[in-house]
Amino acid sequence: MDKIPILKIGHFLMVAIQVDLYDRLALSLESDLVQAVSKTGAKGVLIDISSVSIVDSFMGRILGNIAGMSKVLDAETVIVGMQPAVAITLVELGLPLKGVQTALNVEKGMELLQKKIQFTEEEEIDDDSTLQ
Amino acid sequence: MKLDTAKLLQKRKKQILELWMKNQLVDFSLREDLMSNEELTVQSEELVNILLQSLNNGNLEDVQSASFEPLYEVLETISRSRAKMGYSPRETGTFVFSLKDALLNVLQQEFKNDPVLLLEESLKVSKLIDSLGIVTFETFIKGREEVILRQTDEIAEISTPVIRVWDGIVALPIIGTLDSSRTQVVMENLLQEIVATSSSIAILDISGVPAVDSLVAQHLIKTVSATRLMGAECIISGIRPEIAQTVVHLGIDLSGIVTKATLASALRYAFSLLQLEVRKLNLKTNQL
Amino acid sequence: MIVLSSDSMPIMKELDMVVFRNRLKEFAVKIGMSLVNQTKLITAASELSRNMLRYAGGGNVLIEIVNAQRQNGLRLTFSDTGPGIPDIDKAMKDGFSTGKSLGLGLPGAKRLVSDFDIKSTVGKGTTITIIKWKNG
Repeated sequence: MDKIPILKIGHFLMVAIQVDLYDRLALSLESDLVQAVSKTGAKGVLIDISSVSIVDSFMGRILGNIAGMSKVLDAETVIVGMQPAVAITLVELGLPLKGVQTALNVEKGMELLQKKIQFTEEEEIDDDSTLQ
Repeated sequence: MKLDTAKLLQKRKKQILELWMKNQLVDFSLREDLMSNEELTVQSEELVNILLQSLNNGNLEDVQSASFEPLYEVLETISRSRAKMGYSPRETGTFVFSLKDALLNVLQQEFKNDPVLLLEESLKVSKLIDSLGIVTFETFIKGREEVILRQTDEIAEISTPVIRVWDGIVALPIIGTLDSSRTQVVMENLLQEIVATSSSIAILDISGVPAVDSLVAQHLIKTVSATRLMGAECIISGIRPEIAQTVVHLGIDLSGIVTKATLASALRYAFSLLQLEVRKLNLKTNQL
Repeated sequence: MIVLSSDSMPIMKELDMVVFRNRLKEFAVKIGMSLVNQTKLITAASELSRNMLRYAGGGNVLIEIVNAQRQNGLRLTFSDTGPGIPDIDKAMKDGFSTGKSLGLGLPGAKRLVSDFDIKSTVGKGTTITIIKWKNG
């Protein structure tokens, strides 16, 4: 069976979906990613879907699941590079993927993750100082 | 006898054309401003020629006969060009129906001693011209439709210009009613431009939209959602007081959307998101 | 409406869906459908074929290029011999699902196409016909 490679870059995990997803592949990506977040303690997950031409409700649900599960494991998820036609279709379908962060491309997605993580780190430092 | 009528008309071609031209020139629907009388004569002659030719080898009783195809084709060309030139349907109709008068006139002269035959042949000619009239109208309307379709395309194209306002900011002023097919074009153009310029902020200015009802609001919300899915923020600007009133009266929920009264304030907000600021140069420092 | 050409294929397993989506893409490109409309149609088709697999254990889909009023379009007919849908009105509502899905399949698919028709008999099966016009 095909597998979608998960790359670790610094504090982040990155996945580039290059093939048309069928349901079982999407489900295995979901479990692999959550496993990887837990194992590496990653702070952010970046999913590049710029080569994906179809996102239906199932695939949309998987993306939402990944974001939700990662959040529980204290990692932010950003979906990057959605094609215009896919975005229009998702809205029409009635699936605006609320609660999922998006960015135009990998670079902007990385920036966004970096900002989020800095923010939470600062918060933690603040918390520490008040404790002292 | 049938062949006689055809042959006879063929023989009297010159007279038919003369009569027809006379009919046309005295009619109040004559449009010398659109076509000179010489041109009109050429066009009329062409039509009479092809009509009589078709009659020669065709059957006057069968208006659907394939031998009339060339005649219909010429008529379609004339009708279409007249629609484009701005002739009214009545004027184009009169053009064809005045030919009937000319033909019947000739028949009357030929068969004045045989009323039964005259009636018979007149009915046939009349039926043929009626059929030509129908073709004329069909083509005339088709010609008009083509004009309308072309204009619709043009309007759709020119009415959705995406403007690059600043590095990372695009704006799209919407002018006119926002229906679902228009929304489709707006969304596509906006999203494509966002990708092309990798802009993270889009401003949708609706000061040119006459009214916002719940359907239009739905379209705006869809556009904003699609922009966000791509990873960009979408600001709606140009909300006039009347629009604010209707939005509240209709109970439309725009709370998830950033709205600004003017394009200027939307731009100011966009600058703040991008951590940019516009300042006035201090001229006094220059004097030092 | 005139049918210009057609193709039929079974959808009995998940991988058939991938093959079907590719085949559909070829048809859509052939009639010159815009990218957005292609995406909408294929997404709707994906929802419907998944429903067929999940609730009826598979079925058949007919792809046709049709022409009406001077424009071309694609007509898809999904037919299965599954359990059928007892309450179609309910099934067409957003958020209704007998499975664990989001319940967007049927109503979502309807929003994505130009024409949507559903016929179902309990115990006999379901037939769904959708049409997407080239510029619709």
